[in-house]
Amino acid sequence: MSLRITFITAGRILRQLLNDHRTVGLILAVPALIIALISAIMDDAPQVFDKTGLILLAAFPFMLMFMITSITLLRERTGGTLERLMTTPTGKLDLVVGYALAFGTAAAAQTAVAAGVAFLWLGLDTAGPTWAVFLICIVTSLFGMALGLFVSAFATTEFQAIQFMPVFVVPQLFLCGLIWPADQMAGWLQGVSDALPLTYAVKALAEVQAHTEVTSDMWADLAVVLGAVVVATVLGAATLRRRTD
Amino acid sequence: MPPAPAIAVADLVVDRGKKPVLKSVSTEIAPGTVTGLLGPSGSGKTTFIRAVVGTQKVKGGTVTVLGEPAGAKPLRGRVAYVTQDASIYRDLSVKANVAYFAALYGRDRHEAMRAIERVGMGDHADKLAGNLSGGQKTRTSLACALVIEPEVLVLDEPTVGLDPVIREELWDQFRALAAGGATLLVSSHVMDEADRCDRLLLLREGQFIADDTPAALRESTGTANLEAAFLHLIRELEGAR
Ligand SMILES: Nc1ncnc2c1ncn2[C@@H]1O[C@H](COP(=O)(O)OP(=O)(O)OP(=O)(O)O)[C@@H](O)[C@H]1O
Ligand SMILES: [Mg+2]
Repeated sequence: MSLRITFITAGRILRQLLNDHRTVGLILAVPALIIALISAIMDDAPQVFDKTGLILLAAFPFMLMFMITSITLLRERTGGTLERLMTTPTGKLDLVVGYALAFGTAAAAQTAVAAGVAFLWLGLDTAGPTWAVFLICIVTSLFGMALGLFVSAFATTEFQAIQFMPVFVVPQLFLCGLIWPADQMAGWLQGVSDALPLTYAVKALAEVQAHTEVTSDMWADLAVVLGAVVVATVLGAATLRRRTD
Repeated sequence: MPPAPAIAVADLVVDRGKKPVLKSVSTEIAPGTVTGLLGPSGSGKTTFIRAVVGTQKVKGGTVTVLGEPAGAKPLRGRVAYVTQDASIYRDLSVKANVAYFAALYGRDRHEAMRAIERVGMGDHADKLAGNLSGGQKTRTSLACALVIEPEVLVLDEPTVGLDPVIREELWDQFRALAAGGATLLVSSHVMDEADRCDRLLLLREGQFIADDTPAALRESTGTANLEAAFLHLIRELEGAR
């Protein structure tokens, strides 16, 4: 792996993203708007919003990264640029980490706007520090990226890539505790929920929600998500083939 | 003793989708030469080229480039590949595309600009690649390889859709690169380009039906131009069946 090439790659991917002004606008504005909408809906129950709004802060960059990574990488695969890159000094890990840096930056910007609106304007409240929320959001978004990288190998068209959203992302959102507390689900569903990495992101957020100090439980939950990032990244990198049929 | 070949292919067998595409082809390409790879559509030109740059799964045989197995890590800074369909980023400008590939090889923006000028794209450097015409995309893709100044340059139909003036200029550049010691493998449909090659490989149904200089091909087939020579060879083969 070469740090120089990794940064060059990240720069290229970011420039591609920045050239698409409308996407940049959507990335920055949409989560903040949706969270504002949820806040208005839950106007009478600020404690509920504290929970839901917080989960949404992590859920949006997760979805965003999944989508943009799977589509951008699919374009690299089908557009011939991946084949070309494989004949250059670019290593697979350079490419994957380049993606993580570039889209991680996008996720950080998105989280900053959404969190700014939620905390400062909508009155979202956590006992713990904001930086911990931020950290959890970024790690969760990297999991979205790694998952998108992996599934892009199984899509041959952008239509298919979009269809992977309901398969890989939506169940995690439903089971992570966003719409219903995980401990009130049927036993077998709790088992499924426990197996999904996003659940641990939500648990980590709940820790920040409840405790003024950063707890070791939070670190443990975050470590699970980080582990999932590593596993999905390795699986995803393995789908980048230098030689193809 | 002749110099070691820049590209050596021995008994290369490639199947694509369970169908045999290359049926044991062999050749050696001398350094500092331009070799033309000719053959009808679907004959396996792209497959052969992909095997040389090391992106094609092969079933048998060996491909050696600059003394290393094709696609080996040390080759990745020394071999450049221009794919048949322009492999560039549609959402980046011409300049950003070329500068990106240049940077991967440690080359700067000035060198990128020079490569853009060399393919006649200087006036379009700030345009998004997605908004270019087909020929302009091809030239941008070419600039992304020229900027590297590789030792081995592999080009898959680089002049399709280009006007005669640009084509002539590009071929002058290919010749100049070879004169400077680079080895070029260029696939083409256009027979008048074949005459600018040092050597020709005629591929048909997964086999080389000729591997010779243009002059020798014309002579052995007793024809005046290469188009006729190619047809002659094909008829001869079909007659032999
Ligand atoms: N991905 C693939 N899967 C299966 N078969 C393929 C694939 N790509 C090409 N082929 C087949 O392999 C054969 C050789 O294809 P190749 O692309 O090498 O031809 P070519 O000489 O480059 O043609 P052209 O001049 O049209 O570019 C063709 O019969 C083609 O149908
Ligand atoms: Mg071809």
